[in-house]
Formats: sequence, C-alpha cells, structure tokens
Amino acid sequence: MSVARLFHASAPPAELLIRGAHVLDPRSGLDAPGDVLVRDGAIAELAAPGALPAPEGADTVAGEGLHLFPGFFDPHVHLRTPGQEHKETLASGTAAAAAGGYCGIVAMPNTTPTLDDAPGLRALCAQAAQEARVPVGFMPAITRGLRGEELAEMAELRDAGALGFTDDGKPVVAAGMLRRALQYQRLCGGVLALHEEDPSLSGHGVMHEGAVSARLGMAGIPSISESTMVARDAAIAAYEQGRVHFQHLSCVESVEALAAWKAAGAQVSGEASPHHLTLTDEAVLSLDSRFKMNPPLRAESDRQALIAGLRDGTIECIATDHAPHAQHEKEVPFEEAPMGVTGLETAFPVLYTDLVLPGVLPLGILVERMTAGAALLDLATPTIAVGEPANLVLLDLAGSWEVGARGYASKSANSCFEGRTLRGVVRLTVAAGAVVHRAEAPVEALA
Amino acid sequence: MTDPMRHLLSIDDLDRAGIERILDRAASFAEVAGREIKKVPALRGRTVVNLFYEASTRTSSSFELAAKRLSADVVSIRAATSSVTKGESLKDTVQTLTAYDPAAIVIRSPHAGAAQLVARWTDAAVVNAGDGKHEHPTQALLDVYTLRRRLGALDGKRIWIVGDVLHSRVARSDILAFARMGAHVTVSGPPTLIPRGIEALGCEVAPTLDRLEEADVVYVLRMQNERMSEAYVPSLREYAARYQVNSARLRPHQLLMHPGPVNRGVELSADAIDSPQALIAQQVEAGVVVRMAVLYELLAGTGAPVEAVEAVAAA
Repeated sequence: MSVARLFHASAPPAELLIRGAHVLDPRSGLDAPGDVLVRDGAIAELAAPGALPAPEGADTVAGEGLHLFPGFFDPHVHLRTPGQEHKETLASGTAAAAAGGYCGIVAMPNTTPTLDDAPGLRALCAQAAQEARVPVGFMPAITRGLRGEELAEMAELRDAGALGFTDDGKPVVAAGMLRRALQYQRLCGGVLALHEEDPSLSGHGVMHEGAVSARLGMAGIPSISESTMVARDAAIAAYEQGRVHFQHLSCVESVEALAAWKAAGAQVSGEASPHHLTLTDEAVLSLDSRFKMNPPLRAESDRQALIAGLRDGTIECIATDHAPHAQHEKEVPFEEAPMGVTGLETAFPVLYTDLVLPGVLPLGILVERMTAGAALLDLATPTIAVGEPANLVLLDLAGSWEVGARGYASKSANSCFEGRTLRGVVRLTVAAGAVVHRAEAPVEALA
Repeated sequence: MTDPMRHLLSIDDLDRAGIERILDRAASFAEVAGREIKKVPALRGRTVVNLFYEASTRTSSSFELAAKRLSADVVSIRAATSSVTKGESLKDTVQTLTAYDPAAIVIRSPHAGAAQLVARWTDAAVVNAGDGKHEHPTQALLDVYTLRRRLGALDGKRIWIVGDVLHSRVARSDILAFARMGAHVTVSGPPTLIPRGIEALGCEVAPTLDRLEEADVVYVLRMQNERMSEAYVPSLREYAARYQVNSARLRPHQLLMHPGPVNRGVELSADAIDSPQALIAQQVEAGVVVRMAVLYELLAGTGAPVEAVEAVAAA
C-alpha cells in the first residue's frame, strides 16, 4: 500500500500547448526550443517549435522568447499553519509557491501546536487537500514539541503521510537523541532534516559573528555553531547507516564537513538558501530586520563556498526556508525581531539575476538544483518527458520586475530582496497537472 | 551638497570637521554655563522629548538640562512609567509622541538600531542616547571634548580603552570618534570580552595591560557584575588582578577616563579614581554643554554640509 505524501486541492487537469519556448531540463537532456503539449494534466507530446497543431479545447500559450523548465521543488518552507495564520496560510503560502514557479513544497512542523502527532498530521493533510494550490508535503517533528527530549511517534506519523522528520528552527541538541531517531529511521524510513546549531555557541546571537557584529555591538552566532553540529551529526548518521539532510547551510566549514562525509560514504545531503547565496552580513549594517534569519547571513568567503558547493553538487538543492512574519512583528529593533525571511516568490529570479547572469552559475545547474529537493525526500523529480505529470514553469528571463512593487502572494512581506529589480518573470506554473499560476499581464522586457 | 545633519544616530554621521564644529560650539556654551543665568533662547517654543527605555542618570539628566538651557520645552518619558510597560510598541509610542510635534526626540534603548527606527517614523530630529551595545555618540563627543580641553588636539595620541569592550556602546563610539580625531586607539581586556573582528573599527587589540605605559590616555570601561554569572570571566577578583587600572599601573603622565558609573575596586581602584589624573568629573560636566551643542546643531544649526553624511548616504 502506498501512502500519499503530497496534498493539494483538486483542480481541472490542464489541456495546454506551450509553443516555441526554450525547453530546458538538464536531466532529460532537453535544451532547445520546442512545443510541449499537455493533455489531461500530463505531458503528451514534445516536438520541434511550431510542429504541433493546437488541439481542440486546448489552451495555446505563446512561448517564443520564454524558457520552460521543470517546476521547482522546495524542501523547506514555513506555512505557519496551524496557529499563526496571520503570517501565512496553506492557501497563501501555496499561492506564493505557485507565483514562484514551484510545483511542490514541504512544510516545517514548528507550528502552534507543534506538528508532532498523527491526528494533527492527518488534519493538516486534509486541510491541504482543500486549500493548497500546489502540492504540499509535511515533515513532522523528530522530537515531541521540538524539545529534543523524546521521539515523536515516527512510525505512526510515516503511515499518516509524513515525508520525513525535522525539528527545524531548533537543533537536536543531544547527540544521543539524534542517534535514537536514526535507529528508529530503520523502522519507519523518512529522511531526518536537521537545523544545525549548537546553542552553547550561538547563545543569544542575532547575526553572524564577525566584523559587522563587532561594529554593531550585536551578539554573534559563530560559524562553528553550525559546522561542528554538521560534522557531529554526519558522523552519527554514518555510524548508524542512517540518512540525514542538512538544512540551510550557511558557512564554509559546513560545506567542507558535508563534502568530507560524502566522500566517506555517509548518506548525507545539503541545501542552501537564496539569501545565503546572494547576501552577506554587510547587509545587516542597515539594521533592517528583513536581513535577520537563522542561520544568519555570513561572510563573503562563506557565500563563495556555498556557491562552489552548489556548483559541484556537494549541496544538492536550493531551499528557500520561506519564513513569513507579520509587518508589526518585524518592525522592531533588529535584536527584537523574529528570525526569518520570505523566499518562495523571489528564489529563482534572485539566483538567476545574481548568479546566472554574471556567469557565476550555469542556468542548467540552477534549474537542476531548484528541482532536486524532491528526490532527497523520495519523491518523483519534476521532469519534462512524455508521460510525466505536467510540472512546469514558464519564465520570461528577459523580463524584469521590482520585488514588492505589486505586493506579494504570500500573506507576509518580509522579503530581504524588497525593492530590488530582478530578472526572470514567472509567466505560468503548472503543478501536478494543473495550471496554478498565470501572470495577469506581461511585464515589459528590459531594453 | 548642503544636506544639513538631520539626526545624530552614530559617530559615522560626523566627519572630523563636524565633530570640531559641535565641540567648538560646546565650548562657547561652557561660557554661558559660567554665568548666573545659564539659559540661552535658541530653542524657545520648541519641544524636546527624552524617551528612555533604560535606566540612566547622567545621560538623561544632562540631556534634560541641555534642552532646558536652550529654552526648549522638555518632556521626559521613562519606560517604567509609560504605556511602554503596557506593551505598546516602539513605533506606536513614537507616533503618539510625534503628535506633540517635537523638534527632537532623544532616545535611549537596550536595542541596537532603535534610534534609526525612530528616525524612520518621525519628522523630529533624533538623537541616539545609547542603542543597545551599538553606539552612544554623545558620550564619545563629550569624551573628545574633555580630552581636547586637556590635550589640545588628539592627533597622534595613544588612547587605550580597557575592559568589557564586547558589551560597551561607549567603546564603539569612542573608537570611531578618537580615530577620526587622529588618535591611535588600542583596546584591551579579557579575550572573552573583546569582540571578534573589532579591529575593523580602526583599533588595535592588546590582550594584556603589559604595554599600558605607552598610553597617553587610559579609558576604563564599566565591568558589570552580570558578566560573572554569564561566565565571561571567572571572578571579579581575577578580573581586577589582570585588568584593574590602579596607581601601580597608571603612569603620572597618563590621563584617566571612565564613562560612569564606576565600580570602585573592580575596574578602577579608589586611589586612581581620586587621583588628579582622573577626568571623570570633567566628563560629567562636559555632558551638558556637548548635548546643548548637539541639539543646537540639529535644530538651530547653520546647516553646514557634512561630508560624512553624504558619504554614508552615497555608499
């Protein structure tokens, strides 16, 4: 019996001909203009540009000059439901995902109450089946209440649809507790996604420890707070032959530890977030709480290590760590503000603008990393191939837009890219075979 | 460009000429302070709000006196007695106070960047009277003022800042201000209380007081008792043994400063505090005239260009 692990509201299957877009799917080897026909929500035909006649009843989209990629997958978002629906709901969070070109996202369990039991998970899955615009999966807690003291009922949770487990927002502080979870993983499966931080090193830190925190007089979170835990937990995972995924890596030492344990054969993977790949702690000199998140923005050398790790595959995937907060919660002094920034609507455009356009990262690698999160959670990778369910994003890479100028699909506006002009406009998103986002009006191209 | 300085949020808002202009004006106010009637009518009819979210004796009282001696109307609000304790946000409080149309808001907050936020929410000039462990620019100005009176120029002078630099907004503003005035700044204290990366502010780090004799000025920071419970140092006894500035460590040619309040017998020995080298009383005295000059600069000043502000804005 297979257990459903992704949930979304039912929507009519797409009947769609996307004509003449540059189709790029690194896994299928596609990298040329072509026609893509979607029938009954699945990819029915791939052909040379202009080769396919518009079938009756199908919507034809002019794709000339645009790019068509497999839909993006985000293994790490906060949908704030249940309990903090003033920040985000399943509906608004998945609308933000659709607007960002995502065909699947994974919600974290640090809700109110914590998602740590099967009845809670079942209720949330049922709610997602009513409200979610794009497929959502859930990762319940590793430990009850995220307290790090006793395991959640992982086996029952897996049967109820858990994708994997995480105490995200908090580390599993005790090595012995993580070891128990890894032993239990042999029974129930499901990756353990780890937020790595040693609280005895991070303390009351609010930003990266370095010259900028020294200048601002703010308590620092040293890189070693993360990297020592990455190294520790990779060692435990290797010992137990378990599988762990390191969330939102932020520093050079963590990338090195991940690479070393991979080379040693451990089943470890990692993700990086668009803000860590494009910003540094210098941004905090503005004292703007939109630059406050955990882990914090770090030094330029850390950013470069993350980019190198992403390029060479040490870091498998991009994860936004989309963390919405209400305006009044963020509009306080930096030290008082909650950690977290939104990311679903800006992830691809900011990485395209800041990494691909300057030649730092090839477009194909970016697309691969934007979609690779699914496989890490044992889900099918979004793929452009005949017979596959339609998971697609159509982008105007020449078009530009100002972040926040038209508001956000997310309920929250705490984007660290607010006000920036980015290249890459999502024109159409197809998720699980249904059209979930379509840009209302074309945006003018950059001259 | 002739953008006048609107706020004093950081020492970075001032270049050397700006600092000198304020301190020269402070010196002229010092003459007024010597008269029987100490008031000047510069800010008559204007309102200055002092908004203090932290306990403060000398900073709040000297701002209050400074505003009154400029003939401003003064409203002083302390967090403990205001609706702040009822959970009102900083933004709501500032917007409420802005309804009184103040010319200036002086803010002291336990959080870095609070003054910047206030400046965003009000049309009033904002003076940072201490924000978290970030900055305390008027303290730095009065420290430079006090030293200038004694030494003339600070160019080439060696100034040692000793103690808990990690938790000190005074240290940060002083490092910037002293360096901007041409001094060579060294910070010294237990390695647990020297923030990683502090050199980027333009100072040198010395882990011990072995080279203290090279200093022209020894600026001692307050050592708070709670640093012990947080295990930054093993004991006050050990701290004092290594870092207390006392008559044995202090050379006759050296000037001694402290932002107050002093923990007698911890960071400073009683004999050092009471020695003629100590400028601690002069620092307090300078507080009023320097803060008068700051308020005057922001509210009644000539609007002379301040290159540093433009440089920061352009960066």
